[in-house]
Amino acid sequence: MTAMAEGSAPRSAVAHLAPDLPDRPGGAVRLREVAFPAQVELRLDDEDATAFGPRAGQFLCCGMPAPGHAAGAGDPYVLWLGPGWYLAVDRPGSAYGLLAGLRDALGADCGGMCGSAVDVSAARTVLELSGPSARAVLAHGCLLDLHPRTFGPGRCAQTVLAQAQVVLHQTGAADYRLLVRTSYADHLVRWLLDAMTEYV
Amino acid sequence: MLLIPCPWCGDRDEVEFHYGGQAHVAYPSDPDALDDAAWADYVFMRDNPKGWFRERWTHTAGCRRWFNVVRHTVTYEIAGSYRPGDVPPKVAS
Ligand SMILES: [Zn+2]
Repeated sequence: MTAMAEGSAPRSAVAHLAPDLPDRPGGAVRLREVAFPAQVELRLDDEDATAFGPRAGQFLCCGMPAPGHAAGAGDPYVLWLGPGWYLAVDRPGSAYGLLAGLRDALGADCGGMCGSAVDVSAARTVLELSGPSARAVLAHGCLLDLHPRTFGPGRCAQTVLAQAQVVLHQTGAADYRLLVRTSYADHLVRWLLDAMTEYV
Repeated sequence: MLLIPCPWCGDRDEVEFHYGGQAHVAYPSDPDALDDAAWADYVFMRDNPKGWFRERWTHTAGCRRWFNVVRHTVTYEIAGSYRPGDVPPKVAS
């Protein structure tokens, strides 16, 4: 957050719910927020993707993901949102460098940019849901089949969870990331807390 | 609930989509030549078959792309989906 006012810290969309989030190590299901991640959305047409996709992937050090998949194990990571549509996510505070690097990768350093790279850091917050019961909790309100035969680590999908649009990213055997619009985060966290009551 | 095959995302629940009506309704090739009745026909009038129907859907909550679906209006069976410009799946009459 570059525009931090003197003496006031940024406040995440679900900071007021932080004390309620079950985050006990070894719990059947844990929920935590990773607030203020840097996020840049990339849009490339087919031609641009062939020419500049690899450059963007190289800058991000994790390559570009295949359809329905994510790339990158730590920070940054990239999520496939649709054909030629990607979301690159990095540590809080790194949006400026992320954006500048991606714009250069798309040709801005050569005078003209192909595709678009836009800072959308304020659009979504990241929730991490993990534990042996995480998939059961998601099944209460997610329409996707998350069974290991159809979904697994490294997969991601834009879908609906409890009437809220989310990007669902499975990061481990029982670990999920939910990227939700900040205006829906309060609703989604309250819904998750309710769905989790029988497991925690 | 329909399970609709998005050409890019695979099978998804109906609530992720929005309906776009009949597919392959071509914009008039000579718009200046149309009178009001012809415009009304182009803008409002659509086929309403009892049987297979080619229709447009958009994956609103997913990849946000438009595509076409061949759906049976009586049985709700979906014969398949195809991207704009692609060949529709074959169905019996
Ligand atoms: Zn889709």
